[in-house]
Amino acid sequence: MDLSIAALLAQDGITNGAIYALLALAIVLVFTVTRVIWIPSGEFLSYGTLTLAGLQLGKAPGTVGLLVALAIVAGLVETASSWRQGALARLPRRLLFWVGVPLLIALVLARAAPLQWPFPVQVLLTLAAVTAMGPLQYRIVYQPLADASVLVLLIVSVAVHFVLTGLGLWFFGAEGSRTPAFSDASLQAGAVVFSAQSLFVVLASLLLIGVLYLLFGATLYGKALRATAINRIGARLVGISPSFAGTLTFALAALLCAFSGVLIGPITTVYYDSGFLISLKGFVGAIIGGLVSYPLAAAGAILVGLLESFSSFWASAFKEVIVFTLIIPVLLWRSLATRHHEEDE
Amino acid sequence: MKHRIWQALAAFALVCGFAPTASADLTFGVTLSATGPAASLGIPEKRTIELLPPTLGGQKIHWIILDDGSDTTRAVTNTRKLITEDHADAIIGSTVTPNSLAMVDVVADAKTPMISMAASARIIDPTNPRTHWVFKVPQNDSLMADAIAINMKQNGVRTLGYIGFNDAYGDSWLSEIKRSAATAGIKVVAEEKYNRNDASVTGQVLKLIAAQPDAILIGASGTPGATPEKELVARHYKGKIYQTHGIANPDFLRVCGADCNGTLLPIGPLVVWEQLPDSNPIKAVAKQYVSEYEAKYGPGSRSSFGGHAYDAWMLLTKAVPVALQKAQPGTPEFRAALRDALEQTTVVGTNGVFTMTPQDHNGMDNRARVIVKIENGKWILVK
Repeated sequence: MDLSIAALLAQDGITNGAIYALLALAIVLVFTVTRVIWIPSGEFLSYGTLTLAGLQLGKAPGTVGLLVALAIVAGLVETASSWRQGALARLPRRLLFWVGVPLLIALVLARAAPLQWPFPVQVLLTLAAVTAMGPLQYRIVYQPLADASVLVLLIVSVAVHFVLTGLGLWFFGAEGSRTPAFSDASLQAGAVVFSAQSLFVVLASLLLIGVLYLLFGATLYGKALRATAINRIGARLVGISPSFAGTLTFALAALLCAFSGVLIGPITTVYYDSGFLISLKGFVGAIIGGLVSYPLAAAGAILVGLLESFSSFWASAFKEVIVFTLIIPVLLWRSLATRHHEEDE
Repeated sequence: MKHRIWQALAAFALVCGFAPTASADLTFGVTLSATGPAASLGIPEKRTIELLPPTLGGQKIHWIILDDGSDTTRAVTNTRKLITEDHADAIIGSTVTPNSLAMVDVVADAKTPMISMAASARIIDPTNPRTHWVFKVPQNDSLMADAIAINMKQNGVRTLGYIGFNDAYGDSWLSEIKRSAATAGIKVVAEEKYNRNDASVTGQVLKLIAAQPDAILIGASGTPGATPEKELVARHYKGKIYQTHGIANPDFLRVCGADCNGTLLPIGPLVVWEQLPDSNPIKAVAKQYVSEYEAKYGPGSRSSFGGHAYDAWMLLTKAVPVALQKAQPGTPEFRAALRDALEQTTVVGTNGVFTMTPQDHNGMDNRARVIVKIENGKWILVK
C-alpha cells in the first residue's frame, strides 16, 4: 500500500464517515430530547435518495403516497385525541398543521415531478417532503407513548423500522436508485486526487453541523430543546411543551437524515432497505459519543468510516465484522471510564 | 357413434367413482420471494405466474401463490402449508438457493414434485437421494462460468480479478470461475468481497486494480452489481469487465448508465430473443412469453427471472398430460406420476432447451446461454 492508495482510502472513509456523522447526530438529538433510540433513521435516508431519484426521472416518487397515508393517519389520531380531550375547537388548526401541510407538500411533489425543475429546487422539495415525515412519525407513534420507558420506546422503534421498510418496498419498489453526481470535477493536490463530490459531502456535513451548533447555542427554540434534553420535567415547569419539543426534534432529525440521503445518492446505489445498515454505523458513532455528546458522536462516525474503508482494502470479507466489533471495546471503555447513573423515571 | 358416447360415459363414471373426495382439479403451490432482498427476482416471477392460464390438459388449476420474503424459514413453512393444507400436486419455488435447498427435504418427505427457480446446482445434486423429487429451471452456474471463460480466452485474457457478494452467490461464482478459468488457462490473481448494501467499494477496487488483471468479473445480482463497476470506471480501470447473468434486468441498466458500456455477460437467450436467428427453437417460445409479459407490464420489462417461472410452467404443460393418464390429481399416485413424467420431459423453454434425465434434473445445454454486451442501455448479442 503506497501513499496514494492510503490517501484515496482515507478520502473515501471520511466521505462516508461524514454521512454516518449526520445520522449519528440525528440519533443523539432524538435520544437526548425524547429518549427514543431512533432505529428508523436509516429509512429517512433511503426515502431522501429515492425521492430525489424519482424527481430526476420525472416520475412522482413513492413519497407522495407515503405522505398522504401518514397525513391521513395523523389526522385520525389528532381527531381522536381532540375528541377525548373535549378540545374540538382546536381541531381545525391542528388538522391544518398535521394534514393540510403534508398534503400540500405531497401535491407539489406530485405536480412538480414531470416538470423537471432545476436540481437545487428538486433537492429542496425532497428535503421538505422527507422532513415532513419526521413530525408525522412522532405524532402517530411516539407522542402517545411519551411517558413510556426507554425499553418500550426501543421496542416500538424496532417495530416502526420494520413498518417503514415494508412501506418503502411498497412505495419505491425493490430496485435501487442513484442520483447523478453534483460535479464530476476533481482537485489535484500533489499525487493525490480529491473528487469534488467527496469534498462537497464533507463541506455540506460540516456546514450542517455548524448550523445546528448555532441553532442550539443562539436561538430560543434550540435552547428549549437543550433544556428538555437536560431535564424534561424542569423544562416542562418553565413552559416548554414536550410535544412541541418532540415535534421539532423529529423535524430536525428527519432533515438531517434526508440531507444525508441526498448526499449519499451519487456515491452509491440506495435501496428501500439500504438505510438500516448505514444508520447502524451512525449508531456505532453515536454509542462512541455515549448517546449524549455531539462532537464525540461525529468523531466516532468518522472513525467508523475510516475503519470501514481501510478494512475493505485489507480484508473485504470481514469488513462488517471489524466495524461492528469496534463497539465492544468502546462499550467496555465507556462503562469502565464513566460513572453509571440510573435514569430517573 | 352411439357406442362412442357409451364408452365416454362409462369412462366418466369410472373416473367419478374412483376420484378421491378432493376435487379433481390440479393444485399448484408457489412460494417465491416477492419481498425481501431477492424481491427484484421474485416480483417478475410472481407477475409471470399471474399471467398463466387457469386450465391445463382440460383440468382447472388452483394457483396458490405465497410470499416467503426471501426468508428460508418462511419458505419451508409455506411449502409445508401448500402440501398439507392445500394438497398441492406440485410446488414451484423458491426464488433463491438457500430457500430452495431447505425445501428439498420437505418435498422429499411429502413425495411431492418441486420445480425450483434458483440457480445452484446443489439443489438437484444427483448424488443426494433427497433431490429425487426436485427439478430446477435456471441454468447451472457452471454452464454460465464456462461461457465467460471461453469468451475471455477468445479475447486474449490471461489474468482475472474477481469481486463478488460476500454470500452464497458470490462464493459459488468464485469457485465456479476458478474452475472454468483453470481449464481455459486463465489465472485468478485477486479475489475481493463486498455486500449488497455497501456504501463504498473503493478499498476493494483499489486492491483489484493494483493486481493489474486483464479482466475483472463481478459476481453480483441485480442493481448492486453496478456499485463495483462504477467504481472501476471512476478509477480508470482499462481492462474488460464481466458480469454474471444475475444482474440482467432493466433496473441494472438504469442504475449503471453509460458506465456499463462494453460490459460482457452470459445470459439466457430470452432477454435478446429478437436478435436470435430464426432457426433457434427458443426464439418462438421466448417471443410468445415476452410479448405477453410486456403487453401487461410495459416494453422493456422483461427479465430472465420471469422466464424461469414460465419455463417451470412449460415443463408442467408437458408432464401433466402424461401424468393425468395414470392417476387423478390430488392423489399420491398422481404426484409420483408427475415426477416420473417430469424426469422424461423434453421441452423448449424461454431460457433454453430442457432434456430431463434421472441424472440431470436441469437438463439444459449450451443453447441455454449466450454472451451479450451492454451498449447504451441495451443488451447486444455477441455472435
